[in-house]
Amino acid sequence: MATTATTSQETKLPKILVFSTDKISDPGIDQAGLRKIHYSPSVYVINLPCSSGVKPRWILHALENGFDGVFIAADGHECSYSAKCPEHTNTIIQTAQELMKEKNINTKRIRMAAVCSVCAEPFASHMENFSKILAGIEE
Amino acid sequence: MKERIGVYICHCGGNISDYVDVEELSKMFHKEENVVIAKDVMFACADSNQKDMVQDIQENKLDAIVVCSCSPKLHLHTFRSVAARAGLNPSNYVQVNIREQCSWPHSDRPREATVKAAGLIRAGINRVSFSESLEDIQLEVKKSVMVLGAGVAGMKAAIDLAKSGNEVFLVEKDFFVGGRIAQKDKLFVTGQSGKQIVASLYDEIKKQSNITIFTGTSIEKVSGSLGNFHIDLKVKPRYINGKADKQAVKRAMEECPVEVPDAFNLGLTKRKAIYKNYPEALPDVPVVEAELLKDQPDFTAKFASTLNLNEQEETISLIVGSVLVTTGYENYQPKEGEFGYKTIDNVVTLPELNRLMELNPQKLVYNGKEIKSIAFIYCVGSRQKKGENKYCSRQCCTSTIYTSLQLKEKYKEMQTYHLYRDIRAYGKQEVLYTQSAKQGDLYFKYEDKEKDFPVVEKVGKNTIVKVKDSLTARKELEIEADLVVLVTGMVAREDSTHISELFKIPIGRDRFFNEIHPKLKPVETVIKGVYIGGTCQGPKNVTESVQSSLAGASKITALLKSGTVAVDPIIARVDTDACTWCGKCADVCDYGALKVVEVDGKKVASVNKAVCTGCGICAPVCPENAIEIAQYTDKGIESMIDGFMLDVQIQEKEVNADEVQDENAVGMKEYPQVWKEILAGMTDEKNTIPQIIENSKLKGELVTYHLMTMNKYGVVVPAGMDQKEEYFYYKKK
Ligand SMILES: Cc1cc2nc3c(=O)[nH]c(=O)nc-3n(C[C@H](O)[C@H](O)[C@H](O)COP(=O)(O)OP(=O)(O)OC[C@H]3O[C@@H](n4cnc5c(N)ncnc54)[C@H](O)[C@@H]3O)c2cc1C
Ligand code: SF4
Ligand code: SF4
Ligand code: SF4
Repeated sequence: MATTATTSQETKLPKILVFSTDKISDPGIDQAGLRKIHYSPSVYVINLPCSSGVKPRWILHALENGFDGVFIAADGHECSYSAKCPEHTNTIIQTAQELMKEKNINTKRIRMAAVCSVCAEPFASHMENFSKILAGIEE
Repeated sequence: MKERIGVYICHCGGNISDYVDVEELSKMFHKEENVVIAKDVMFACADSNQKDMVQDIQENKLDAIVVCSCSPKLHLHTFRSVAARAGLNPSNYVQVNIREQCSWPHSDRPREATVKAAGLIRAGINRVSFSESLEDIQLEVKKSVMVLGAGVAGMKAAIDLAKSGNEVFLVEKDFFVGGRIAQKDKLFVTGQSGKQIVASLYDEIKKQSNITIFTGTSIEKVSGSLGNFHIDLKVKPRYINGKADKQAVKRAMEECPVEVPDAFNLGLTKRKAIYKNYPEALPDVPVVEAELLKDQPDFTAKFASTLNLNEQEETISLIVGSVLVTTGYENYQPKEGEFGYKTIDNVVTLPELNRLMELNPQKLVYNGKEIKSIAFIYCVGSRQKKGENKYCSRQCCTSTIYTSLQLKEKYKEMQTYHLYRDIRAYGKQEVLYTQSAKQGDLYFKYEDKEKDFPVVEKVGKNTIVKVKDSLTARKELEIEADLVVLVTGMVAREDSTHISELFKIPIGRDRFFNEIHPKLKPVETVIKGVYIGGTCQGPKNVTESVQSSLAGASKITALLKSGTVAVDPIIARVDTDACTWCGKCADVCDYGALKVVEVDGKKVASVNKAVCTGCGICAPVCPENAIEIAQYTDKGIESMIDGFMLDVQIQEKEVNADEVQDENAVGMKEYPQVWKEILAGMTDEKNTIPQIIENSKLKGELVTYHLMTMNKYGVVVPAGMDQKEEYFYYKKK
């Protein structure tokens, strides 16, 4: 065993919370792992039935308690629950951004993209880009 | 709050522990408050470990468990049943994905992977701390099914459902059954006639006493839900006297003075106002288009006892436990001017050509001219650059190739030119393509770009198709043809939106019905009890249509078998104290699962448990935060977020490839039982799979599958091939 100790804080990787969906985007994120496509180890995922079920208060909770950014890996038009899913998810993001403004949190800290069940590389590159954006934000 | 939690952290052979220090983590979580047991295990899913878990739960009176291993998609049900076997409510189990979402994607950074795993596990423990024991919702269901649409998919499914003991109502909008295949003289790959298939299916249906067929019938209203759908049908009259003499009916058809374009022949011929789609169409009773006989008093007087023009529409109400939608597809109708359609006189579609061929047994004649050469333009209305039909219609390549073979067989002198983007004659259909090429059909490939699409022009009396052929350096070729055939694809039916609204089945942008998941739940819709099959879901050939509708039929039979259905309890619930009935949740719920009720004189939202899908769309819109989904509560999710913030000091574990292999060998006693049995069935020398199967008495597929994994973990090694080069040898490591 080596003796160096480190934490994710020391490596300064922005901490990202991802909301994924059970049937579409979470399998896409699993694919990235399966194929050993690397992305930042400061990415944490919570899976839900549908991206339109993310509550703005959860987003705020994450941003106020140490997460640097929140990413919604949405089903887009593939959603099996609602054809209006992209619109619903957009409304959630807008509501969250309003709340973020009230609390002086930069609205760039939230992002959404459609991630499909085989979107391994796109997911990894979304994480890389978002990490860069977050690292560049000066509040 | 849970106070006696068991945490199991899996090595997964080395898939996890090569990168994540699971031993360190189990020591760390063992010290946590409320965690009674924290163990690292070689294979959490191994039978031996499952038994240990059951024992742990019972002996230590655990009130919740967390398994940190692979993706929940693989083993959620395994561990839920472990919990159930131990007498623990399965909702008090959380699976944490530290393989697909930790050790594998972060195999390049083992130390950080371990820090992340610690956060993920903490989040899992937090989440399970707030878990509640949920019981499945039990619903009583009727053992009856409505199959909507009597095409080949619906007819075949109806027979299967009836034979499995369900009462079946087969509802068809048209006056005759069979759907589109009746319009095809010969179907690939078998060469059978579509009409014959329809006749034999109808015959089989008639033999089943528990199938009722409704033709000329549409759905008016749907209410209720899984187990008890209430459906109102409107049955249109045929206006034929049920007691009339058959010969008189036949005469009435012949003597009918009114003619209109024949929709069954796609407008290529005319039919009478009293008609059948084709002479053998079933049910064997013609239909009168009464509206067209309004001004024919002499004729209607003559056949007064044969016709029954006063017959009224009938409304029928049914209650069924489940619904299978098999409403099929429509042919793509090219726009005026699209590749010369309707603007150049000898441009037709593939379905039109198929009808023409049946109507012209000797010589193929169109517009009075004998056709000796045909240019097919593929992918019309499919794979659109502009427009919503982005999909490939799957069957049209093969259908065209097969038509081309028939053209040559039937009319001998016929040259065909095929202007395609890609040929998608997959599986056994490839053989037809080879035959077509051999018989001298000519193929030209055009680029998948709008500007490179073929152009149809009239030059004098001749029709010319210009194409830049990719196979000859994109040289522009001019092909003169007697007939240009547009290979039109499949589109969703005009009324798919209406059916989607009635049953609340989601539809895609292409307007075909959406299944829950194309691979995992291919015939299920998010509406409990409503299934889809055949081409209403997307383009399919006959084999594929029938496969999917039969899959739906089996699902339904399994669902209704016992008379009650257990429904997932992960659905919405309303806090009636907080709810002020603003109706916002009901507005966004596509399923109509939320209705207003009065509780103690106060109006509040109420969830229909049989209808709610648990999608969660209603929760974020509530201004009072009065609605939530079980297992996705604020406490649960926010405590997970807090758990992720766990920042620990983890020392780096040195990863040494040899050590990893050795570790596996040391952990031998932890291997799954089958591995031990396989090893016991192996000699110390080289073994082929059949030898191991013989010695171990295990199933062949089990041995083959596990040997691959054992090889990956270095438990066995491949040792070349046997002399006949038939089998690989394996040796114990
Ligand atoms: C040009 C062409 C050639 C083809 N050739 C072949 C071939 O050679 N071999 C092959 O395997 N496949 C072929 N196909 C594909 C084949 O036609 C389909 O796979 C098959 O017809 C699908 O059957 P279905 O039951 O899903 O749909 P359909 O045949 O469309 O039947 C659906 C039925 O549902 C009814 N319906 C619709 N809406 C309602 C409603 N609201 N209420 C009640 N009833 C309703 C319709 O009236 C119809 O009877 C061809 C397709 C095309 C376009
Ligand atoms: S099956 Fe062939 S003709 Fe039909 S859309 Fe697909 S590629 Fe085009
Ligand atoms: S949105 Fe909230 S307050 Fe409004 S009716 Fe629904 S549960 Fe009640
Ligand atoms: S979770 Fe809410 S929106 Fe979704 S089906 Fe249930 S009640 Fe409707």
